[in-house]
Amino acid sequence: MSTQKITLAKGLNMGLRKAMEDDPKVLVMGEDVGKLGGVFRITDGLQKDFGEDRVIDSPLAESGIVGTAVGMALRGYRPVVEIQFDGFVYPAYDQIVCQVAKMHYRSKGRSKMPMVIRIPFGGGIGAVEHHSESPEAQFAHTPGLKVVACSNPVDGYWMIQQAIASDDPVIFLEPKRQYHADKAELDESATPEPLFRSRTVRQGTDVTVLAYGPTVKTALQAAEAASGEGKSLEVIDLRTLSPLDMGPVLDSVRRTGRVVVTHEAHVNLGMGSELASRIQEECFYSLEAPVLRVGGFDTPYPASRIEEDFLPDLDRVLDAVDRTLAY
Amino acid sequence: MTHQSEFGPDLAEVFGPSQQDGGPELVQLLTPEGERREHPEFAFDLDDEAIKGFYRDMVLTRRIDTEATALQRHGELGIWAQLLGQEAAQIGAGRALRPQDYVFPTYREHGVAYCRGVDPLNLLGLFRGVDHGAWNPNDNNFGLYTIVIGAQTLHATGYAMGIQRDGAVGTGDPDRDAAVIAHFGDGASSQGDVNEAFIFAASYNAPVVFFCQNNQWAISEPIERQTRIPLYQRALGFGFPGVRVDGNDVLATYAVTKAALQRARDGQGPTFVEAYTYRMGAHTTTDDPTRYRLSDDVEHWKLKDPIARVKAYLTRNGLADDAFFGAVEDEANELGHHLREGCKALPDPKPMDMFAHVYAEEPEELRIQREGFAAYLETFEESHA
Repeated sequence: MSTQKITLAKGLNMGLRKAMEDDPKVLVMGEDVGKLGGVFRITDGLQKDFGEDRVIDSPLAESGIVGTAVGMALRGYRPVVEIQFDGFVYPAYDQIVCQVAKMHYRSKGRSKMPMVIRIPFGGGIGAVEHHSESPEAQFAHTPGLKVVACSNPVDGYWMIQQAIASDDPVIFLEPKRQYHADKAELDESATPEPLFRSRTVRQGTDVTVLAYGPTVKTALQAAEAASGEGKSLEVIDLRTLSPLDMGPVLDSVRRTGRVVVTHEAHVNLGMGSELASRIQEECFYSLEAPVLRVGGFDTPYPASRIEEDFLPDLDRVLDAVDRTLAY
Repeated sequence: MTHQSEFGPDLAEVFGPSQQDGGPELVQLLTPEGERREHPEFAFDLDDEAIKGFYRDMVLTRRIDTEATALQRHGELGIWAQLLGQEAAQIGAGRALRPQDYVFPTYREHGVAYCRGVDPLNLLGLFRGVDHGAWNPNDNNFGLYTIVIGAQTLHATGYAMGIQRDGAVGTGDPDRDAAVIAHFGDGASSQGDVNEAFIFAASYNAPVVFFCQNNQWAISEPIERQTRIPLYQRALGFGFPGVRVDGNDVLATYAVTKAALQRARDGQGPTFVEAYTYRMGAHTTTDDPTRYRLSDDVEHWKLKDPIARVKAYLTRNGLADDAFFGAVEDEANELGHHLREGCKALPDPKPMDMFAHVYAEEPEELRIQREGFAAYLETFEESHA
């Protein structure tokens, strides 16, 4: 068994490469994905090895990228398109929600849309406006799409391959601030768990903390800090946002009775709202306190010098933990 | 004389009387009076039997349209998008296709659908509200109707990029080389997606023909609201040729589209075809064009009817007799009967059908919702039992 330590960027790159090796119908397309390897270098080296027909540098037009990918999917290809930054997905929004999401339904299952739309999302990199958004709820709200978020290098490697193998369109969210941050051991011979499953990443008994993408690390840090104060937090990496995998969540809540949800997206009608609703529907009598949400405030994403005040951090998660324990 | 600014022609010149009939660049091979014309670049290379076939195609297409309009008036369809006046543009373009070519239609391409062998009855489903598209797009290489204006032009371009990657362009094998045709209208030419489709197609030299039926109206907005130059001239700015063809002339539309498709199959990239025509009816059956346009214009275009000119040509030259025209009429009557009876017999979907095909792989949470609704419905059946 050989393992190697990789970053999230490397995991995604290796996963894309593996998917392209395994299936000649897999195409990569987007702005600057070829020679440059993408602005985050996720597609580094792929064009060199797979050619310009399979790693396609596109004109600077997001609707055009997604719309032409629809056509390639109809021709039998499996396009993986890169939206360069979260805030630039909106020109493609119509194609995603009206065409990508509905083609299978409209055609009574005759036209499949095996497409992956990769979106680097979230903040924390000191960027200018439109480069730090968290648009996941806008896609999770759309029937016909599946939405997942990876949080670590090993998941990046497996989840991108699983998303590409899916016959349904997948919005694939990548926490951009994690791209080149922490390394993890990858064992390529391992058997990954299914894509649409959430995972308990730290066991605990007092409070359940739900997170995905960039806030998984925040939640784990909070759990570590809390343990020093004698509080035991259970942390669940949701991984899949649509569909939600509520099994591990409900199981946890039935044991802890207390829940804090944390995401970078605005709290109003964010994933936390849906999670709170599902939890109270399914295990009302297990709850010892209201489900609390720690997210981005309901302001536009602020200037980067104060973004750390906008983003949920360890202290705000712990504050919510204290509030739910005090209830 | 019209005013000529130092920066180019003004709007009056572009849309004035000289352009009303398409202007000097209009490719026409059969005049409104039914006389053949030669064109230096485009020739109609089929025989008179083919022209009789086109006549039949157009009469049947018009019957599909008038029957569907009548069905809407009788409450059998919720709405119908009429094509009256655009029969030649659609039959000319539809008959220029080869089986391996692929069509991306708007919601008005009933004549093209007919050419591709789609049962016209299948077109009625989405207007009746029983489905969003009844035919299998891959049976006839005819995509589903697209309602968001212009979105399909990008799908067409991407599909053409797929054809390139399959090596089905420029091989010289007439059974292998394929092209895509993207249909849209003058209103769609203002959409971002259409302009992005032009850019992608040009950038990748994709085998796609952009076939614009300029019927002069986008619901109530005249062509002058969409463009200040003739639409076909826009193509040059995107880096590929544009042609304006008489969209009421089935011979010219066929010849121009055929050449454009062949150009695409040969690997020479996209072409813009502007079929210059007129929407004789309303935008849809819910529209009232008397609120925004003059009946004079409609009367002017009646003289250019696409079917009448072919009939005049066939009659004047002794190519068809009353028996032929009568047989076509009989066939149209049969088609009308098929549509009337078939439409009323189209089954309503069952409530539970709304859950079908949302995903290729249904998520558990949707399954639970579906089963919950089924159980809920059953409680009513029990209470009625």
